[in-house]
Amino acid sequence: MSAPKKMSLPVLGEVDRRTAFKAAGATLGAAAFAKAMAPVVEWASHETSASEFLQKHFKELRPDELATVMSRLEDEARDEYGADVTIADYRPQKGVKFGYALNLSICIGCRKCAEACHKENNHDRVSGNSYIRVLEMDKGSLDLESGNAAYDHPVPQPDKFYMPVQCQQCERPPCVNVCPVEATWKEDDGVVVVDYNWCIGCRYCEAACPYHARRFNWTKPEVPAQEVNPNQGYLSNRIRPQGVVEKCTYCLHRTRTGRLPACLEACPTGARVFGNLLDPNSEISYVLRTKRVYVLKEELGTRPQFFYFFDT
Amino acid sequence: MDTAATRPASHAVTYPRFVWRAAKLATDGPWFFYAWMTLLTALCLVGLHSWATQVRDGMQVTGMSDHVSWGLYIANFTFMVGLAAGGVMMVIPAYLYHDDEMHEVVILGELLAIASIVMCLGFVMVDLGRPDRFWHLIPGVGRFNWPISMLTWDVIVLNGYLLLNLHITGYLLYKRFRGERPDKVWYLPFVYLSIAWAISIHTVTAFLYCGLGGRPFWNTALLAPRFLASAFVSGPAFIIIAMLIVRRVGGISISDAPIRTLTGIMRVTILISLLMVVSEVFTEFYTGGSHIASAQYLYFGLHGHNALVPWVWTSIGMMVVSAGLLMTPRVYNNKGMLIAACVLAFVGVWIEKGMGLIIPAFVPSTLHELIEYAPSLTEWKVTVGVWALGLLVLTVALRVAIPILTDQETVALTHGRRV
Repeated sequence: MSAPKKMSLPVLGEVDRRTAFKAAGATLGAAAFAKAMAPVVEWASHETSASEFLQKHFKELRPDELATVMSRLEDEARDEYGADVTIADYRPQKGVKFGYALNLSICIGCRKCAEACHKENNHDRVSGNSYIRVLEMDKGSLDLESGNAAYDHPVPQPDKFYMPVQCQQCERPPCVNVCPVEATWKEDDGVVVVDYNWCIGCRYCEAACPYHARRFNWTKPEVPAQEVNPNQGYLSNRIRPQGVVEKCTYCLHRTRTGRLPACLEACPTGARVFGNLLDPNSEISYVLRTKRVYVLKEELGTRPQFFYFFDT
Repeated sequence: MDTAATRPASHAVTYPRFVWRAAKLATDGPWFFYAWMTLLTALCLVGLHSWATQVRDGMQVTGMSDHVSWGLYIANFTFMVGLAAGGVMMVIPAYLYHDDEMHEVVILGELLAIASIVMCLGFVMVDLGRPDRFWHLIPGVGRFNWPISMLTWDVIVLNGYLLLNLHITGYLLYKRFRGERPDKVWYLPFVYLSIAWAISIHTVTAFLYCGLGGRPFWNTALLAPRFLASAFVSGPAFIIIAMLIVRRVGGISISDAPIRTLTGIMRVTILISLLMVVSEVFTEFYTGGSHIASAQYLYFGLHGHNALVPWVWTSIGMMVVSAGLLMTPRVYNNKGMLIAACVLAFVGVWIEKGMGLIIPAFVPSTLHELIEYAPSLTEWKVTVGVWALGLLVLTVALRVAIPILTDQETVALTHGRRV
């Protein structure tokens, strides 16, 4: 074996050539690593904070901690979107279980509901996101395969009927079961909610949902300041962070204070019926009692709390 | 090796020395070792940068959408679980059937399992929208939705399998380094556990998909057995090639016997795999109806959308040719033929378990919308980065393990020279 070739280096002193190359390689590697990671550092310093990183699960937050979190989120909305918003935690009302029904005989497929949802829930303007997809269906078939959500022509077409689909707020929600971190759950009034500050963004719930009800924030939502809906719920329509899943909450920030969902108010034909399933005198109870009602994909056993009916 | 006469030094001395020598070995070697490691490091950094950009700009930089919400990352994750499980096909002959020649090299399968699990965890990590919140997944620290969420089972079995294999290989190498016979109590129970565990990692990963009623393409009882069968094709295929490479450049003599055993295993598993494909295809297409839309899309295209058709037929073609080669008796003697069969089988399973399994479940979507998916450049770069990381781990593991296994590295050495 030949004697190792020696070199003189600062700090390290007299070293053989191989060690010198290794040191140079390691230095270069460390520099390249720092450079490669730079976008994460940039993101972390602008888009998140230590208090957000350490924030507990919604159900573990004490009332004062939740108040601090909500005021932090209000500050963020002001800083990042230039909007003055109020974020509150709307709790389910006692003795209330929400149900929603949609009259397929009179829906004309105008998508006003989807548009109202887009505005009410502070959806990303660029993607035109909404929790509602309206399917144009062939008369004579209830098979979703005959549906088309991308129609672009005057409505209603004579040989078609229209079926808006949104979260069915299932009694047995597969999306809740699959979540590995309990970031989504069903509340006492039947609404399935997401803690946007706990979701890890694995999208298993999106794979599990049979109704295409869930959406992922593929980017940070863009909403102009003047268009931000300032009346916000922590578990509903506050502007979502990038990288988490969201879904329809039956507008719980409205409905838990006695108002109706935005999609219902926007419907020009009165096709939508919303109310308390536990109240026998509610309109929704009347519909379920007297109309021919069905639910989507009943065979999957998810037991939707969103009903479709015909009255002609 | 028999050093029973001389009393070995205490672990407080030999263990740090073991770790130090391992670190030294991992960064030292012939020129092609440096070249290979530099290449892998560079690819890792490219992947890392793409992932960092994805974290900053959001997952819009991928080809995924709300319609196809899982893509190349989860496809590779699924394949890697199979590769990790496939290593057990060396462990079973070595420990259950007392195949001595397999026993000599069984550690290669265990090291491959470690590298594969590292890749699995990597692919899950890069698929998360919020990697900063990964700690929510840690049992006892976050909120672990166990036992109802199959993903929590996967977290347990994958990390458990990683720990099992780290323990087994680490213990055996350390004992060898000390010049002692390993104590069966300290590794044999773990080896037997790891055999059952290997089956479990792939079963649980299949349950992740087949338990979803809303995705008829996955919702089949055949999924878990099919996963296992194809894992026992891709695992042995990779190990055969790895053994041929290591035999040539790694300075360890590997006899033909373990390679023959693995080839024999592949002959069976590739046929079972193909049989299951046929069974699946028959059930789907003979029955018909709208629940076969995904299979229709995968194999023949649906309403003019056919992005996956060339992929899946390439995969089936490769598997069939590989099966043909493996059935030929000459494959035992003809190395070129064996390598071809292994490469074809490996790539064939990668397509089938990856793109062929994950994507069609989302096309058409649950509301029967036909939105297709193609991976973006970012996804390819991140994927290459994770593969490079896995190969880096495997190379380092082999680099450390082989000199110890061949007794070139023992505690009796100081400063790399025999006393």
